[in-house]
Amino acid sequence: MGTTRQFTCKELLQELADYLDGALEPEDRTRLEAHLAKCPNCWVVCDTTKKTIEVYKGLAPYPLPEDVKSRLMMALQKRSSRAGQG
Amino acid sequence: MLDEFEFVDSARGGDSAAFAELVNKYDRNIYRLARHITQNEHDAEDVLQETFMKAFANLSQFQGHSRFYTWLVRIAVNESLMKLRRRKADRTVSLDEPVETEEDAMPREIAAWEENPEQRYSRAELNEILNRTIAALSPGFRAVFLLRDIEELSTEETAAALNLSISAVKSRLLRARLQLREKLNRVFRKHGDHAPVHV
Repeated sequence: MGTTRQFTCKELLQELADYLDGALEPEDRTRLEAHLAKCPNCWVVCDTTKKTIEVYKGLAPYPLPEDVKSRLMMALQKRSSRAGQG
Repeated sequence: MLDEFEFVDSARGGDSAAFAELVNKYDRNIYRLARHITQNEHDAEDVLQETFMKAFANLSQFQGHSRFYTWLVRIAVNESLMKLRRRKADRTVSLDEPVETEEDAMPREIAAWEENPEQRYSRAELNEILNRTIAALSPGFRAVFLLRDIEELSTEETAAALNLSISAVKSRLLRARLQLREKLNRVFRKHGDHAPVHV
């Protein structure tokens, strides 16, 4: 049975985005998680980066002001009637 | 329920009600994206109008190979960057800015965060913190982060919308996430007192 080399901290950083996006191959994922289990620094960086992404997912959108929306619809209406005439 | 491509097809045929449906579906996202990239509400309104005007005028060029939304985002990002360039006439705003290589080492970290650190703040406080930290990113990192993590486009869609390679998107996304993490670290870290909201 062969042993698989663990990730170094630098390699983990290179793969972190794919890992957090669930885009890592199963074998690499296992190696990365083995490193995380042994390296408290990488674990904290990984965990806090994951929480960072989650926190931004909850960011409320800038509300679209009513007057901005009306001006947009008016501009489009004008553009559309010009196209209809042309 | 009508499929999005059917709306696009009808709009291409001159059906302005169908185009209005598409506007209603995406105007908030496009406005949010423009607000974040330009950091200016008047510019964001201009970008919103320009994006939908250009989309309407160029519907015949939309091939349907990508999602309609990805196509819109591409127009909106270009318009937003043009606005930024005009405001910062003395310096170029580009998505191709070099990626810092000195950050290739794993950051040193000691303090963990609580399980739900955002619960320390009210929704309004938290939104202000998050908006301010996004604003502090450079335009190139900001655009990638917004498309991937806020608008939830795929890596491929983001690359296509920003005209970047897949590896450039991945690299910028990692840098942006790490920079934001660093800024939030001052606010969310577990040990010590309730940190002041300076990010």
